[in-house]
Amino acid sequence: MALLEVNDLSISFGGLRAVDDLSFSIEKGELYGLIGPNGAGKTTVFNLLTGVYKPTEGIIRLDGEDITGKKTVDINKAGIARTFQNIRLFKELPVIDNVAVGLQNIEGCMYSTLDSILHTPKYHKVEKEIRDRSMELLKVFSLDGEWDIMASNLPYGKQRKLEIARAMATSPKLLLLDEPAAGMNPNETAELMDTISLIRDKFGMTILLIEHDMKLVSGICEKLTVLNFGRVLKQGVTKAVLEDPEVIKAYIGE
Amino acid sequence: MKKIKLSKEHKTYIMVIAIYIIVEILMAAGVLSSHIKGLLVPMVYYAIAAVGLNLCVGILGELSIGHAGFMCIGAFSSAIFSNLVKDILPGGIRFLLAFVVGIAFAALFGFLIGIPVLRLNGDYLAIVTLAFGEIIKNVINAVYLGFDGRGLHASFTSASAMGLDAGGTTILNGPMGINGTPRDANFTIAMLVLLITLFIVQNLIKSRDGRAIMSIRDNRIAAESIGIDITRFKILAFTISAAIAGAAGVLFGHNISSLQATSGNFGYNISILILVYVVLGGIGNIRGSVIAAGILYMLPEMLRGLNAYRMLIYSIVLIAMMLFNWAPGARKWRSRVFGRFVRKEAA
Repeated sequence: MALLEVNDLSISFGGLRAVDDLSFSIEKGELYGLIGPNGAGKTTVFNLLTGVYKPTEGIIRLDGEDITGKKTVDINKAGIARTFQNIRLFKELPVIDNVAVGLQNIEGCMYSTLDSILHTPKYHKVEKEIRDRSMELLKVFSLDGEWDIMASNLPYGKQRKLEIARAMATSPKLLLLDEPAAGMNPNETAELMDTISLIRDKFGMTILLIEHDMKLVSGICEKLTVLNFGRVLKQGVTKAVLEDPEVIKAYIGE
Repeated sequence: MKKIKLSKEHKTYIMVIAIYIIVEILMAAGVLSSHIKGLLVPMVYYAIAAVGLNLCVGILGELSIGHAGFMCIGAFSSAIFSNLVKDILPGGIRFLLAFVVGIAFAALFGFLIGIPVLRLNGDYLAIVTLAFGEIIKNVINAVYLGFDGRGLHASFTSASAMGLDAGGTTILNGPMGINGTPRDANFTIAMLVLLITLFIVQNLIKSRDGRAIMSIRDNRIAAESIGIDITRFKILAFTISAAIAGAAGVLFGHNISSLQATSGNFGYNISILILVYVVLGGIGNIRGSVIAAGILYMLPEMLRGLNAYRMLIYSIVLIAMMLFNWAPGARKWRSRVFGRFVRKEAA
């Protein structure tokens, strides 16, 4: 059974069908790419998957569980975490707290509000656990050297990484990356590709990513869906899709 | 010698205790005039209210200008309670229970008002909290409450409409307010409440709940995406903030024997006054709120001798504090001067 199954997903804004009859499925451990020209509806798909928008039609199943129309918070608890096209970090919090806050609903990292206020022994014990786990995650993304600085003071490339680290802290089954390489120079992009591969190998993570950088897409994605005007233009194994004349036409023109 | 590294939180406690000791020494030495002595408790309850409001404005990131309303609820509910039991219970227990009552009522109203109000953001939230603050004050101004052998009586028209028995007493007399509340508040108790407030707020900030609250402030959409229940934490922070304002109100109500819900006591200008303490002390800076409330409350009173120039000097101090706290140049200068000490400490 596929980890994520999307069937006939559609959403209309007024008369505009931003996503029209989209179906695809992602197997566990797969690195799946969602590409398409500007305005094709890629980010809308992410917003549908994470409950920001409610679909007009269609069903989304995660690991067999129907998550269609659920609230963002519950979808995260069900196992989908995401990053954003325009970085959304907790700017006034230190790097480590950006990750620690992602551990909010994780078994072993929880204590009550009363423990929060009184700083009970349980608080100290669990806080240490939260700290250790956060540092461990930061190490994976080689951000441990900057654990105590404000997130807004990180360089751009590292902010992107921190956003992925924060999403990973929620122990998702599926990770959605919205244009992770946007605004990066070639060096940073290469580093990002390593990071993404690392997450997949180390955590066995299933990843769906939106990207414009064709080098990145062809380098790491196994399967692709190409969207154009909200509809599926082509779907399948990366190499075959990228060589398809229709895809080339939509992307580069005649 | 091993150096003990003090956290930001500990420094705040030490500062408050130091202020307390200094003031006690000055009082014992007889240096303070009775006028100044009378200002001490109000200074502390405004500091408490400012700390509470900072939780809402600085940590949760939602602008509320209705906190005088929660003070009002705390003051009146606890004063009514104290008047009901003043012949039955001894002073200490009575005041402790008055705190429980005042805080519980303020928290309850904070919770109830928070549910609809926290759906709004920014300016809209400010306007609605302002309105609720005024509504609370005006409703209390219209209520008559009395007590006799048959129990409690209430009316919205007049004291006589309650139909009290011959032996009954009017507790809350509409716009005339409450008279004869035992004056249980004093400087020591007020400072103790301030310390407890600081303990609660500072602990909360440095915890799982605090991180969740601050993540909502920094980016609501991202917070939602990592599974943080926005509504729950917003209401939690707002309720605690209202409860703290309620505690300040209890001190207010028990510092004077005659309590009225006038604009001068609980109007929107008082909400704004508390907000000024928060902004000038530094939004999100808990210790700053205490310092700003102390200085800015005492200053206009200390300057009374200068009469005509009093408010002029007050406004200059406001501007100076604003620049000191927020101007980029001043912040750089501050980190240069004070940064030296910090680095030494770390070494």
